Amino acid sequence: MAVFLQTMVAGLLIGGIYSLIGIGMTLIMGVMGIINLTHGQLMMVAMYVAFVLFEWLALDPYVSLLVAMPALFILGGLIQRYTLNPLIKVDSILPQNQVLMTVGVGTVLTEIARFIFSSNYKSVKTSYSSSAFFLGSISFNLPMCIAFGVAVIFTGALFWFLLKTDTGRAIRATAQDREAATLMGVNSERITVITFGLGAALVAAAGCLLLPIFYLYPDLGRPFTLKAFVITILGGMGSTVGAIFGGLVLGIAESLGATYIGMGYKEMVGFVIFVLVLIFLPGGLKQLTKI
Amino acid sequence: MVAHRLLWGLVGLFFIAFPIIVPSDYYQHLIIIVLMWVVIGSSWNLLAGFTGQISFGHAIFFGVGAYTAGIFATKLGISAWWGLACGGIASMAVALFVGWVCFRLRGPYFALATLAGGEIFRLLATNWESLTEGMVGILIIQTFRSKLPYYYIALGLALTCVLSIHFVMKSKWGYYFVSIREDQDTAEAMGIDTALYKNISLLISAFFTGTAGAFYMNYMGFIDPEVVFHLNYISIMAILVAIVGGAATIWGPAVGAFVMVLVQETFRSAFFGLAPKWVSQGHALVFGLLVIFVIMYLSNGIVGDWRKIKGIFSRAA
Repeated sequence: MAVFLQTMVAGLLIGGIYSLIGIGMTLIMGVMGIINLTHGQLMMVAMYVAFVLFEWLALDPYVSLLVAMPALFILGGLIQRYTLNPLIKVDSILPQNQVLMTVGVGTVLTEIARFIFSSNYKSVKTSYSSSAFFLGSISFNLPMCIAFGVAVIFTGALFWFLLKTDTGRAIRATAQDREAATLMGVNSERITVITFGLGAALVAAAGCLLLPIFYLYPDLGRPFTLKAFVITILGGMGSTVGAIFGGLVLGIAESLGATYIGMGYKEMVGFVIFVLVLIFLPGGLKQLTKI
Repeated sequence: MVAHRLLWGLVGLFFIAFPIIVPSDYYQHLIIIVLMWVVIGSSWNLLAGFTGQISFGHAIFFGVGAYTAGIFATKLGISAWWGLACGGIASMAVALFVGWVCFRLRGPYFALATLAGGEIFRLLATNWESLTEGMVGILIIQTFRSKLPYYYIALGLALTCVLSIHFVMKSKWGYYFVSIREDQDTAEAMGIDTALYKNISLLISAFFTGTAGAFYMNYMGFIDPEVVFHLNYISIMAILVAIVGGAATIWGPAVGAFVMVLVQETFRSAFFGLAPKWVSQGHALVFGLLVIFVIMYLSNGIVGDWRKIKGIFSRAA
């Protein structure tokens, strides 16, 4: 029983961060209708930004968050503006060329990181990296708990932004019906740039929160891209509430898989859920809640 | 028309005589890899270019074919060449399942489902060590030391594949495929069983890709999950080969395979040893840049945009 509880706690904590990663992708999915297959790579870039700040200025990764998020907002905006938006005008037989483009951008980001930092594993060791506290016999990893808490705060802030501000309303309008939004005077091209930037900034936050816990290497991006992708499908395309639950479900499922099936199959659990969702619940969790 | 036939005859003769004209193992190896990509690119093109079902997971079929041949050799103790006959069939069996799951989805969602499928198979091959040897990979002794037999087998495969697709596209099936790409609902309304024909297209595509995979196992003698189930270097490469050459054209992927393998090899070998060595470390970077370039400026491919390309050069001249 203790093992089970411990597994659930670990899964829930990592699930909170997965949610933060998934929400960014879901936002982009909702507004542009494409899956951003460079999402994890953007997180990797943010982690390297925080890593450099740690090495040079000895900045704590939680502080570098304030640098990495704006930096990634700009990077994300530039990617959208100069690689994805021009494609809307390109006439092609293949409608999925934007998705393919994100794969190309992701490869470029990974390889640039490899050029600069080599493939070696890097890590940021802070004083609290491996500290934990106990409730009964269940241990709580401290940086994980902080990360979970900050992820919850960011998610709340995002909801406030989407529900209460003009830009947030414009984003939701564009996601609902792009042409109608344009007719209402929303500059939809600018909204796509902002949305991509926002998604990139959110995943940057997740990256900084993970930095004290995870090893950092250029190929880190791909597994996280795929996780974000599974979360997006699991939660229901474009549903932010769905993405939160999707992230938590994925975190717990992976944790259970690692404990009861084997570490090697941890990654696969997510994909098996993915296939099951496609077969039995094609609309994702959104279909159950109707949000 | 006569000039046309003469041209094809010359191209054919060139390919048959190539190993005799160029006795270098290195260049023969390059052309063998090109021919393998002709097969994979053409089969991707049948499913995506002609039928409109964009697959991001052709590594599934390539890998299954390669592993069929490999497992024949390591587990059953029979020649890996049996894999050349059975690899395609094994891929078709897998394709039936993949189609059953993925064809519930349309457009971009289908593409993403196949992408996830590719990752599932990669992880499966990595973790199912009792069958696949996991990350250790499968190593077999190649049958021939000379490149010649492999060259002619690859040539035969590429020719069979391209011609089969050519004839399929000329048949009634071909028109069904294109109608599904153009408008699935209308096709359905016209009485075309779209589910059936999408699956047929997938099965043909999987068969040839699997055969190419089995050939790869026999030719290279070594596979591991990262090589044959790689997202970038198999699935995305298949898409690039077809797009560079020209999606939805018969000969496009063949042209694309030449261009892509040549460009990749140029950078991998650092301009054949002429450029400084760090250039070769950047070949993956070049791959990414190539994806971006091709999608932005060559979205209909060399064959598809031939008029545009000719226009640019004639204006410049």
